[in-house]
Amino acid sequence: MIQVVLPAHLRTLAHVGSEISIEVKGPVTQRSVLDAIESTYPMLRGTIRDHVTLERRPFLRFFACQEDLSHEPPDAPLPEAVSSGKEPFMIIGAIAGG
Amino acid sequence: MSKVRVLVGTHKGAFVLTSDGKREKWDVSGPHFAGWEIYHLKGSPADPNRLYASQTSGWFGQIIQRSSDGGKTWETPGGGLKPTPGGMPTGESNKFAYDTSAATGKPLTTHQWYDGTQHPWEFKRVWHLEPSLTDPDTVYAGVEDAALFRTTDGATSWQEIAGLRGHGTGPKWQPGAGGLGLHTIILDPSNPQRIFIAISAAGAFRTDDGGATWRPINRGLRSEHIPDPTAETGHCVHHVAMHPKRPGVLFMQKHWDVMRSDDAGDQWREVSGNLPTDFGFVIDVHAHEPETIYVVPIKSDSEHFPIEGKLRVYRSRSGGNEWEPLTKGLPQNDCYVNVLRDAMAVDTLDSCGVYFGTTGGQVYASSDAGDNWSPIVSNLPAVFSVEVQTLQ
Repeated sequence: MIQVVLPAHLRTLAHVGSEISIEVKGPVTQRSVLDAIESTYPMLRGTIRDHVTLERRPFLRFFACQEDLSHEPPDAPLPEAVSSGKEPFMIIGAIAGG
Repeated sequence: MSKVRVLVGTHKGAFVLTSDGKREKWDVSGPHFAGWEIYHLKGSPADPNRLYASQTSGWFGQIIQRSSDGGKTWETPGGGLKPTPGGMPTGESNKFAYDTSAATGKPLTTHQWYDGTQHPWEFKRVWHLEPSLTDPDTVYAGVEDAALFRTTDGATSWQEIAGLRGHGTGPKWQPGAGGLGLHTIILDPSNPQRIFIAISAAGAFRTDDGGATWRPINRGLRSEHIPDPTAETGHCVHHVAMHPKRPGVLFMQKHWDVMRSDDAGDQWREVSGNLPTDFGFVIDVHAHEPETIYVVPIKSDSEHFPIEGKLRVYRSRSGGNEWEPLTKGLPQNDCYVNVLRDAMAVDTLDSCGVYFGTTGGQVYASSDAGDNWSPIVSNLPAVFSVEVQTLQ
């Protein structure tokens, strides 16, 4: 199971706690993790990546294992510590006021 | 006994204010969707317990919320916890995709940017939700970048009414300070095929065939911010109001100028009259007197607050030109708030109630058609929108 940390507003929207466990079939990549999140929590579709282009929303970033993975290709494998469930994949709202 | 429910959208959530018909004591519920911008929420005329809300965020995009119990509980239509072993879920209440299909859509062209260059159409948020007069599951949505969408399944899925965006003048539309938003949707109660909409800064438009074709209705408007001040489109219309029993008579608060049309928008004439300034955002019509209208004059397009720090609603009982200031109960010194375009509404009780919200977080109410005012709440986040339901 993949561990995913969601920002506060998306936890409220999905009615979940700070960390969720997601089952991903096949290679563990940004795309497959996001596909699994959206499949399990349909209300999050469009909130992390654009509905049409499937690009990451500009004010969100993806961190894991103390690295910024926001600009990695969506089909690149995530770190082994993420795919094994030891470290979470973190979806972070950019600090931009509000 | 009658009740009144006031739906308030703010910069940081939604609030529902309820009172009995006396409108003296109010219950406040909220914030709903705390921390999110709520551009607008509105109830269905066909089922007053059915409410829709536009919940939006620069981080997380657009969400549509729906309530079936008058705002006590909410859901994202089609977005429930329903794992789908066969694939991705079908419910997508927050999906607003411009229709570019060959069969029904229009090419995704460009509109003017602030500097006059062309800019691609990009969906940003829903500014206004207008439920059908007859069907609780049908709702129209006005969005930024300007387009009109419709749902017929209770906001589970949305389809663009592409004839508006694609009718030909789009490259001359330009964003106002708040963006290129479609903010006004008026459904004609006497003619289901007729819809009026307005866009900042493009102008007003009308369809007479249920949305298939549209035409600009801006003759008589004059705007100095466009090269040809009397052009067919490009006008920054801030809001349009109509009395349901007089569907051919429209009142408009433009960027500058208060306007009136007696022929469903074919021709407009200015009725600013003796207003101290004719800049403003809101305009509305008394529930029982079709010639009684309300505006809140704002100093100028660069100074978005009342003149001299005095918050004054102006009322005309003659359909414009002759206006009287309404001040009792409103702050008459050091008040520098704004009243945004969707932040005024009326109830339909015998003594018509008038309501408006400010960017300072106050929602004011008058239960005597504007003669006397008092705040229902005073310290909300900046108010974006106010709608009122009169419940029996």
